[in-house]
Amino acid sequence: MSLKQYREVLVNPLIKENPITLQILGICSALAVTSNLNVTLIMCIALTSVVSLSNLFISIIRNYIPSSVRIIVQMTIIATLVILVDELLKAYDYETSKKLSVFVGLIITNCIVMGRAEAFAMKEKPFVSFLDGLGNGIGYSLILIGVAFIRELFGAGTLFGIPIFGDWYPTNNLLLLPPSSFIIIGLFIWLIRGYNNDQIEEDDFDLSKHSVAPNLNKKELNV
Amino acid sequence: MNETIIKTLSVTLGVCLLCSLFVSFTAVSLRDQQNINKLNDKRIKILEAANIYDESMSVEDQFKNLEIRFLDFDTGETYKEYKDFDIDKYDQLQSLRFSDQSKPVPADKDIAIIKNRENIGKIYFSTKDNEIDKLILPIRGYGLWGTLYGYIAIENDFNTVVGIEFYEHKETPGLGGEVDNPNWKNIWVGKEIYQSGDVKLQVIKGAVDKNMNDSKYMVDGLSGATLTSRGVSNMIEYWFSDSGYLKLLENFDYES
Repeated sequence: MSLKQYREVLVNPLIKENPITLQILGICSALAVTSNLNVTLIMCIALTSVVSLSNLFISIIRNYIPSSVRIIVQMTIIATLVILVDELLKAYDYETSKKLSVFVGLIITNCIVMGRAEAFAMKEKPFVSFLDGLGNGIGYSLILIGVAFIRELFGAGTLFGIPIFGDWYPTNNLLLLPPSSFIIIGLFIWLIRGYNNDQIEEDDFDLSKHSVAPNLNKKELNV
Repeated sequence: MNETIIKTLSVTLGVCLLCSLFVSFTAVSLRDQQNINKLNDKRIKILEAANIYDESMSVEDQFKNLEIRFLDFDTGETYKEYKDFDIDKYDQLQSLRFSDQSKPVPADKDIAIIKNRENIGKIYFSTKDNEIDKLILPIRGYGLWGTLYGYIAIENDFNTVVGIEFYEHKETPGLGGEVDNPNWKNIWVGKEIYQSGDVKLQVIKGAVDKNMNDSKYMVDGLSGATLTSRGVSNMIEYWFSDSGYLKLLENFDYES
């Protein structure tokens, strides 16, 4: 593979093929852990390291995985990495690990990780798979950090827990509660597709043209 | 050929073996650090319950200012030393494992569903001008998914609540998990526990009407978490009853 192809594998998932805004994967954690930038950053680092390392390891053994049990083997590797991350967090950042609670464990079922393992790492060489995981992790992180930035700034009036607006700013519960992430992610998707027209999906079916009923009188209608 | 049974079995076994090695290696090597964190977290909760935690200072130093005593639940007596127990390391939850250090709670009295109660508890208090200032008592009880473990701190009138904190629970995040919500914990401040000798403080359903007569004995329920709210209520009732801290509070003299 040429350098240019490596670069494409790494850069494409950032905006052009972003896992959240284009493939709409991994939304669960995007809702749950984005009310505070500190927590979001740790989550992003956790997911990025899991997805890139799982891609790497799965790709290394890809030629030995029997296709009948491939999902289970992938899950085992992903779960191991997630437990490692969880244990490390508990040892070195206990506060954040308590705030993230189940969501670190839920990385195991994050569709991005499984998706990249199945769609990319099972076919490609280790290094390029690692880059693909890294790119997707960073793509996920970009959206999450964007959402968290808006939610924390306009929700609590703080950034990384530091007050920005001062005391006059009342907390905005709409933004602090998880459903606001749906709205913000929706706006992001709109923004990206407005700029990047080829992301707009084709209609699932064609609407027939608007037609006008012929002018019928009462006699013809039998009333 | 990847698809033979032998190959399938050996690959899965190999992967599992390697993965479990990794997991157990990290779990074992990080355990010490994790235990330190847990202990630290508990200590912060104790200080926070008494509303004396200062983030800018080291937890250990602040914790040293607290006095710790053993408590004999059956007599209400407190001791600075008890048998060969080390007061800093003694964990009353560990003594639940031994039948000579704990007793099953009779079913009719076990409102908080704790099953076993240790014979020797551990209490904390802060002092001011040689007088006891705030008393911090460990509490626990069953919520919806599991036991909630926490601390409640009371003023030196042994009736007014200073604060409540939970350091471990399995309640649903966003519903019962709101026991960690600072706004909810703030409601507890200034509430009173006893009314003419009986435990009156409880978590009610819905919000407390401040104009009501008994509002100082009531705490807002957590919406969507009836069982957790009830569990916290039961916990208060149990631990401040005769089988809990009542004997201690009746004649606590910390000089002894």
